[in-house]
Amino acid sequence: MTAALPSRTEQRREQRTERRTRRTRRTAPSAEDRAPGKRRANRAWLLVLPVVVSVAFTAVIPLMTVVNYSVQDIFSPNDRIFVGLEWFRSVARDPEVRAAFVRTLLFSAQVLLLEIPLGVAVAVVMPRRGLGAPAALVLVALPLLIPWNVVGTIWQIFARPDIGLGGWTVNNVLGLDYNYTLDAGDAWITVLVMDVWHWTPLVALLAYAGLRSIPGPYFQAAQIDGASAWATFRHIQLPRLRGVLTIAILLRFMDSFMIYTEPFVVTGGGPGNATSFLSILLSKIAVGQFDLGPAGAFSLLYFLAVQIVCYVFFTVLTRTGR
Amino acid sequence: MAEIRLEDVAHSYDGGRTWALRPMTWTWRTGRAYALLGPSGCGKTTLLNIVSGLLTPTRGRVWFDDREVTGVPPAGRNIAQVFQFPVLYEQMSVYDNLAFPLRNRGCPRQEVDRRVRRVAGLLGLEEHLRRRSRRLDPGRQQIVALGRGLVRPEVAAVLLDEPLTVVDPAMKWTLRSKLKEIHRDTGHTLIYVTHDQTEALTFADEVVVLNEGEIVQAGEPGELFLSPAHEFVGHFIGSPGMNVLDGAVVDGLVWVGESAVGRASGALPAGPVRIGVRPEFVRITGEEAPSGLSARVTEIDRMGAYDLVHARVNGHPLVTRTEAASAHEPGATAFLRFAEGRAFLFRDAVRCGVVEPLTGGAP
Repeated sequence: MTAALPSRTEQRREQRTERRTRRTRRTAPSAEDRAPGKRRANRAWLLVLPVVVSVAFTAVIPLMTVVNYSVQDIFSPNDRIFVGLEWFRSVARDPEVRAAFVRTLLFSAQVLLLEIPLGVAVAVVMPRRGLGAPAALVLVALPLLIPWNVVGTIWQIFARPDIGLGGWTVNNVLGLDYNYTLDAGDAWITVLVMDVWHWTPLVALLAYAGLRSIPGPYFQAAQIDGASAWATFRHIQLPRLRGVLTIAILLRFMDSFMIYTEPFVVTGGGPGNATSFLSILLSKIAVGQFDLGPAGAFSLLYFLAVQIVCYVFFTVLTRTGR
Repeated sequence: MAEIRLEDVAHSYDGGRTWALRPMTWTWRTGRAYALLGPSGCGKTTLLNIVSGLLTPTRGRVWFDDREVTGVPPAGRNIAQVFQFPVLYEQMSVYDNLAFPLRNRGCPRQEVDRRVRRVAGLLGLEEHLRRRSRRLDPGRQQIVALGRGLVRPEVAAVLLDEPLTVVDPAMKWTLRSKLKEIHRDTGHTLIYVTHDQTEALTFADEVVVLNEGEIVQAGEPGELFLSPAHEFVGHFIGSPGMNVLDGAVVDGLVWVGESAVGRASGALPAGPVRIGVRPEFVRITGEEAPSGLSARVTEIDRMGAYDLVHARVNGHPLVTRTEAASAHEPGATAFLRFAEGRAFLFRDAVRCGVVEPLTGGAP
């Protein structure tokens, strides 16, 4: 032990001088070099500063104002009291909010169940080469290029039973009694079909890109192995779509869970509360009634719900089959 | 197993404007190991895909023994094909990968199991059967991909399209000997596509050299090296490749510039000719000799086991291979002689004769 001690300090001294010489050499540091002289690397944090500042201004500070509202009861700009978690409690217990939450969750689930398989199916049948490929791309992408409130307006008119082509056809050609302004089910279906029309193309484009990236030999091997079209899809295409479908599912979930513009334009949340999704209810509280406290608490809970569901989706999707 | 016959087969990807594969008639004989050698874009893969049925040739017919298969899809041909990178059903286990082609054909379960185990035994995959295929190293993955082809009954041929590209060099030797072993054990016809001459020459019973969509020569490795039938074969095989000098035939003698280097074989008509000789068959000396070519040494590469002496002859660069630590110096004048029967004459890139020694005194 005692014999080892001096030699160890000696070693350390050697290391130190070695480090010093390395520093003066000013060569590009390898990972090995960097480990002892950690302080030098700290300067790199400065490079992150612009990002920190911009994220602060775009996300953190706005979010903090919401947090600020959510814990106060605000009567006028100069008259406010701290209420703690009171608003969170009342929002979470509000039956109207709960109903809207269930409604929105149901809507998102239906959107995913319809749009993901449909989008993949469209992507599979889209032509890969020749003139058809760009033509199909443009055609499929068209709904994505239309502003959301215009989509709402289009469907608001299209689905009208009196002057709308779609609504009129359903009533007079198919002979079904359909009126989205009066019937809750009809309104729900209208909003759902509109969302499928508007957003399936996004899933289709993502899936198409995913399919295009599969190298040819995979299909050739499947041919040689005598795989049916279904087996090829199941064992080659689908596994290789995992990445893009994860993105598609997350995007479509977030978007449909926060849907606002289109149902607002088409149904305004009605008839009754049939299409009052969380966002519509929230804007009613925040902008309509100007209840900033409850609206703030509502927003944060809403945000939290989106985060949790996304996290669950992401974890499940990236872990299964590994 | 079958003899695979290509009858006047040709292929064009653009409706006949350019030919990826020019009309060829060729037979792959049963049980032999072939290497299909050629540079990138010479039509190797096209030829392979025509055999496996992934491509239907623009022209000509494909026969497996007495059965015409020109229009038969790959699944109906019982071909095993291995691609440049391992193509696996990645989320499946090794066992399921091997079983996949059999299950697609509705093979009964016991039969599937029996065959999968037999192939796994053959390829040394027994202890990996339960593993997920994507967790294997690339070399093993290629073996699994090969196994998917071998698992079927009555495999007509095994096609390998540069299968060792993704395998690291140390593994290449192991895998190549594994392939040879499998070939010996199963006796399948093997067609191995590569652009690597070492791979081709060490692997195959017969090497087929393809250039610009044409088979330019086929033969045993030694034959291709010693007597190239086409200038391309001379360039492509051997390292460094064959030297080519411009010359002329006048009155039965072969001239390079002012010197006669030998007599043209046969009764070759007079006219310009190209003389091809491998670096291994050029003797270089400091002393003038009859039928010697004078040359200026420009550079010497010391390769360790041997030297490469670069020289200029009549304005042409030429390389000769000499023993290590030769005494040649850049700038010196030297005299070259070609080994008997190893210098060839080419016209339009095709061999048309041999340089024979001058008998008697030179004119």
